[in-house]
Amino acid sequence: MNNQNTSRRDFLLTGLMAGLAAGCSDKKDPFTAAAEQETVASGEKVKLLSVDGEVVEVDKAFLKPVPETQHIFNKEARRGIPGKKFVMVIDLSRCKNLKKCQQACNHMHHLPSGFNWLKIYPMQEASHTAPYWQPTLCMHCDNPPCVKVCPVDATFKREDGLVLIDNDRCIGCRFCMAACPYNSRVFNWGDPELPADIAAQKYSPETSVPQKKGTVGKCDFCPDMTRRGMLPHCVSACPNGVYFFGDMNEDTVTNGSETFRFSDLIRDKAGYRLMDDLGTKPSVYYLPPVNRNFPFEEGVKMEEEMQAEKNKSSK
Amino acid sequence: MENSIILNPEKITADLYPKKFGKAGKIWTVILIAVCAIGLFAYIRQLNKGLVVTNMRDYVSWGIYISNFVFFVAISLVGSLITAIFRLANVEWSTPLTRIAEIIAVSAIVFASIIIIVDMGRPERFMNLFIYGRLQSPIIWDVVVISTYFFISLLLLYLPLMPDLKILNQDPSKNSRFLNHLYRIGGSFWKGTKEQLKINNKAVTTLCIIIIPVAFCIHTVTSWLFATTYRPGWDSTNFGAYFVSGAFLVGAGGVITAMYVFRKAYHLDKYITDLHFEKMGRIVVMLALLYLYFNVNEYLVPAFKMKKPEEEHLKELFTGSFAPMFWFAILVGMIIPIFILIFKRGRRPLPMFIAGVMIMVGAWFKRYLIVTPTLLHPFLPMHDVPESYKHYFPSWEEWAIAAGSLAGALLIMTFFVRIYPIIPIHETINEKNEMAEKK
Repeated sequence: MNNQNTSRRDFLLTGLMAGLAAGCSDKKDPFTAAAEQETVASGEKVKLLSVDGEVVEVDKAFLKPVPETQHIFNKEARRGIPGKKFVMVIDLSRCKNLKKCQQACNHMHHLPSGFNWLKIYPMQEASHTAPYWQPTLCMHCDNPPCVKVCPVDATFKREDGLVLIDNDRCIGCRFCMAACPYNSRVFNWGDPELPADIAAQKYSPETSVPQKKGTVGKCDFCPDMTRRGMLPHCVSACPNGVYFFGDMNEDTVTNGSETFRFSDLIRDKAGYRLMDDLGTKPSVYYLPPVNRNFPFEEGVKMEEEMQAEKNKSSK
Repeated sequence: MENSIILNPEKITADLYPKKFGKAGKIWTVILIAVCAIGLFAYIRQLNKGLVVTNMRDYVSWGIYISNFVFFVAISLVGSLITAIFRLANVEWSTPLTRIAEIIAVSAIVFASIIIIVDMGRPERFMNLFIYGRLQSPIIWDVVVISTYFFISLLLLYLPLMPDLKILNQDPSKNSRFLNHLYRIGGSFWKGTKEQLKINNKAVTTLCIIIIPVAFCIHTVTSWLFATTYRPGWDSTNFGAYFVSGAFLVGAGGVITAMYVFRKAYHLDKYITDLHFEKMGRIVVMLALLYLYFNVNEYLVPAFKMKKPEEEHLKELFTGSFAPMFWFAILVGMIIPIFILIFKRGRRPLPMFIAGVMIMVGAWFKRYLIVTPTLLHPFLPMHDVPESYKHYFPSWEEWAIAAGSLAGALLIMTFFVRIYPIIPIHETINEKNEMAEKK
């Protein structure tokens, strides 16, 4: 417990320091001596609450917003966020195939049309069992078949449990796609056709942007969001609270409005993992579709409407 | 064999000396170059636009490039069978076939490597395999064993060629300037002393021993590219042996086809005799039965259980949309050749040639059936993807590149027979001498 506290404090401190460092100057590079001198104290103080719970005073001139996206070096992106073990719980009883999660994911990762890292499957176990909608994304397995087969370490497993892709290294052999039993990997067969400013960005495994021709992409659990203490896009986009996201070490998952003890939730609602018998040890858990909020047919209607709209727009 | 006794060394040398292409040879070469050029053009298109020019998509992420790769690796195994296994087993009649087998092996393995690079989404990052290579990936194992096999095969082609290079070097007036150059670079140091012969012999024997496990490795590892995944149709412990046995069959089919063509084209009836066809025919029957045995294991055991994920896959193969191709591959690739070759009359050159072609065509489609149908039967339903992702038929670029690679392999063989004697001259003379001494 103590250990967890320290690591959390470290995390917050690092964030604060980074903020201060970035706040030192208007210049691009805050690390030069000249940059430091240029900031002159304004004399106007503001009160802040430190991580230790103390109220401290800081000169206003030193306060600058933390840049929206800090650059995470490749080595750091491969290591992961220390002390974390990310986990997701998907409550199948709440899903009606609204696809808001998918739209948010596609939008935030600038995926070309037709590319879905997040798929919502109509599932039916046997001929007389009831059908249900099953959102599926990368399972971030603890025994990931894709990582095992990658010949160049382009897809890798981090200490916080995430399986990410370094698409500056990927050779496009697609062995990982053949190995993944969940078909969660998507290949950029052609040029992804991104807006110029997006395409010009430097790729980071944590943002998975921009996608590049001839390489593999997939759901990344949005580590750029979790680094900022925010939820992955699919979780926050879902109006029905289907997705719960959290840290296994804290034993807590949340969908933004409700928060549960992960272990209680899994025990009380009989959580399970997809194709657990394969031994892949996924980090995504499912709650069975009991006492559903919506009938299955509503999702079918939704699907048909979306298809019709797509056909109209393509014409 | 009776007519062989009257052959003297000069006659043998004259018969087996590399010859200029005739009219048919020229047309054949031009056609092959044209097919290669079309393939190259298609590949340049692919380099520019990406793999989107193929009809592979997220479900069928491996298509005919990969099945063609498996085909090439398979056929290259014959080098080790004819050269190494026969040599170590003291099979004397195999002498005229060794170089045919070895050049098939070398050209096939070259194009196996090329086609796998063609399949890469980022071929310019090929060096990443060496910079960042991770030993736990079966692809790295394949890189290691295939390059090893390539170099051993090349040596097994080259070392027995040295005494022949001496013969080719004897009279520069017989060859063009370019060829003289080539022969001198390759073999001017070869004096044919007892010492040299001894070292050469020893080296060849050593390589023959080494190449057998390496040959098993290349095809076993290639089968593991599939068998190390969970997918129905690939998730099989039978795969290594299944692939190796299939490889020996298609390779032997390739050799009998090549034997017939070379014999016809260069009038080698006295060297590649009916006896050779007779013996190879028996071997092919054995290999086909062996492969059939592994097929029975591969398909009927899962079919008995009909596990849910396997069921869809197997039904598609047995009675579904892949059924015509599946039964074609089984019948034409195995059963009909067995029926042709089991009879003495079937083991004459022409029926053998037909059986050889059938085996190879059947084998090519068999590789396709191993790779693609499995990918169309994922664990989760095919959903939330464009409609085109749910089917696969290769695009013209894929066909052109696949055809180009096959033509390229044939082109290497064609140029090889133009430059070097396809039947070892030195060994043939030696053998005739030994036979004459025995009499």
